[in-house]
Amino acid sequence: MARPVRFNIHPKETNIHDNIAIADMPEGSQGGGYFATNFEKIVGLARKNSIWPLPFATSCCGIEFMALMASHYDLARFGSERVSFSPRQCDLLMVMGTIAKKMAPIVKQVYLQMAEPRWVLAMGACASSGGIFDSYAVLQGIDQIIPVDVYVPGCPPRPEAVLDGFIKVQDLVGKENLRRRNSERYKELMNSYGIQ
Amino acid sequence: MALTNGTIRQQLTEKFGEEIYDWSEPYGMLTFTSHKDLNLKVLQHLFDDPTLQFRFLTDICAVHYPEKKGAELAVVYHLHNLVENIRIRFKVFTDVNKPDVFSATALYASANWMERETYDFYGVNFVGHPNLVRILNADEMDYFPMRKEYPLEEQTRVDKDDEMFGRD
Repeated sequence: MARPVRFNIHPKETNIHDNIAIADMPEGSQGGGYFATNFEKIVGLARKNSIWPLPFATSCCGIEFMALMASHYDLARFGSERVSFSPRQCDLLMVMGTIAKKMAPIVKQVYLQMAEPRWVLAMGACASSGGIFDSYAVLQGIDQIIPVDVYVPGCPPRPEAVLDGFIKVQDLVGKENLRRRNSERYKELMNSYGIQ
Repeated sequence: MALTNGTIRQQLTEKFGEEIYDWSEPYGMLTFTSHKDLNLKVLQHLFDDPTLQFRFLTDICAVHYPEKKGAELAVVYHLHNLVENIRIRFKVFTDVNKPDVFSATALYASANWMERETYDFYGVNFVGHPNLVRILNADEMDYFPMRKEYPLEEQTRVDKDDEMFGRD
């Protein structure tokens, strides 16, 4: 007897052109057998589609991050298949959860161990501003100790919100000037955090 | 003879007389107070006495009463007799300007951790403690956060607009 079918009774025909995301080609000039473009655009394209995140998960935002990494939301679609727990190899520090004042030097040390170029995403109210923990023991936002590129609001944010924040990081990474990290302004920013 | 609140009280009164006072039994738990200089003598007696046998120190904590001048800080010991399964609460009070209390670490090893915690949050100076330094808060913290003269809220926060919270 045939088993009653409840799911996928109208399966979609697979269409490779719909299902595989291909990055847009950067501007440039091309002809027979060659393509010339800006070096910066190529580097940006490569970097933004292969961001290795370092999850620094301390509380409930970390649970949302697990959902984000799992099959349903699947951060790997954006080139972040490899979640690395070694700061030396990572591009993006994702701070998720309450950072107590005692934890602050550790966050900073992890940030310092990352190689340039590095980016930081603060996920959730606690990492961004201390959140509900307006107390003597909690750091009131990680931007007091390290520079933050993207803040994701929410308590905790839904995985979609984090994806949105991640896409914003990708946008920043893709558009970043190759000389930004050597600029005086960047050095000033680092000095304001007492780095170097 | 089973140990009851009445027999414990009787035994302690025989031994210490008027030195132990403020007897009460909130929710059935015998509670009493003594002078802070006597805290080790009372604890030693509670530990050693063959009928009392309070050999388990469940908790040490402090309470800050800013309105009680001269006795602002209470140090509270919770003791447990594991044989009779009975608990008591023992308090000593000290002046907040001179918060010296004798350490119970020689008697109860578990007092080590709990006295450090009490020092960390209330600044009670446990005389005789082997390593009285902060245990939970950051080492560079320069005040005792659970004392009531310090605001609970973090003072470095800039994004909290009082108007938004309906405060002046």
